[in-house]
Amino acid sequence: MDNTTALLGLLGAGASYGYDLKNSYDRWFGVKKPLALGQVYTTLARLIRYGWIEALGEEAGAGPDRKRYGITPAGRERVMEWMFTPEVPSETMQSNLFAKTIIALLLDDDAGRMLDLQRAQHMARMRHVTAEKKGAPLATVLVCDHALFHIEADLRWIDLTAARLGQLRAEMTR
Amino acid sequence: MSDAPPRGTADGQMGDAPPRRTPDGTVSEVPLLRARGLRLAFGLTEALRGVDVDVCAREIVAVTGPSGSGKSTLLHVLAGVLAPDAGTVDYGGVRVTDLDEEGRSRLRLAEFGFVFQYGQLLPDLSAVDNVTIPLLLTGIRRREALRRAGEWLDRVGVGDCAARLPAEMSGGQAQRVAVARALATGPAVLFADEPTGSLDSLAAETVMLALTGAARESGATVVLITHDPRTAAYADRELTVRDGRVTFGGLVG
Repeated sequence: MDNTTALLGLLGAGASYGYDLKNSYDRWFGVKKPLALGQVYTTLARLIRYGWIEALGEEAGAGPDRKRYGITPAGRERVMEWMFTPEVPSETMQSNLFAKTIIALLLDDDAGRMLDLQRAQHMARMRHVTAEKKGAPLATVLVCDHALFHIEADLRWIDLTAARLGQLRAEMTR
Repeated sequence: MSDAPPRGTADGQMGDAPPRRTPDGTVSEVPLLRARGLRLAFGLTEALRGVDVDVCAREIVAVTGPSGSGKSTLLHVLAGVLAPDAGTVDYGGVRVTDLDEEGRSRLRLAEFGFVFQYGQLLPDLSAVDNVTIPLLLTGIRRREALRRAGEWLDRVGVGDCAARLPAEMSGGQAQRVAVARALATGPAVLFADEPTGSLDSLAAETVMLALTGAARESGATVVLITHDPRTAAYADRELTVRDGRVTFGGLVG
């Protein structure tokens, strides 16, 4: 998963202290692998360098840190670009797509449209692989079948998630 | 298809239908079917809630979406089986939604073919007789109808099933006979509603290869309803229906 842009996306939903940002990340994306606090600060420093976030002053937060961080217009643009650029179907795709779904819901953006764009990208790939099968030797057909079933598994996840968006949105605002 | 019967002109309205084939044989960019603002409710359930759709001549379009999304209702409205509560459907130069039930029935008979999920073949007739029936209904003589039916069965790869009853065929074979029957009269548009819905992966593949191959060869436009992405992948384009709305890919250009 693209941790950097996921953290940026979380800041898009509201300014935050580094420590709170780590907790927020762990809640949504770090169930199996929480983010190290050091990594959060390294990423924040990088995001400031890119001009995608800014430090907002020094007030005490819930954790040990003093600085709050907020997203800049350029950072918000980067999140939109990331969210609405469909992923190339691959083994690492699913976690990115999950992150995009969560961020889109947190930003109250059109998660359904994002999933539709992704679906279209997957279907384009499926059409391409299906066309490759036509008249091909059986060995090629078998390789294509394997690819098709994997893309189909992603598509089923996309469709089920699209059907669950309302439920997910309600759960996240509780 | 050179031996297709003349297109229906029974009500004198079909002369304006555009040619299905562009001079270079590619898909036309002019919509052959054009629906705007379609709404249809069954009691309190709104099956279609403002649907806009274009389907170009010679195009194979897959309509996908979850169960209950309205995709089958959309097919029935586009094909003139159901009349919408609001909105328009144009087929070539004909406003389908202005036709009465009889006019729509004539249009379907003359211009459209249908393939459904299962149970569409007449159980007491052989495969070749099932394909012959619609040809006889257009006025073709029996000997010629039988010849053409046999050719169509060969074309979709089930020529050796000609004498078999539907119960003596596999699901995939029966569906290919249904495809032959639907295309034998040379329809301009083939509407297929979950044609692979009851088939395993390999049978679904043979049906889709037969359906898309024969449709492209005969220049038919195809509107394909399916919930199966592997079936939808045989189409040129996909449009997605959710909650009675087209959420993706409804219009061309």
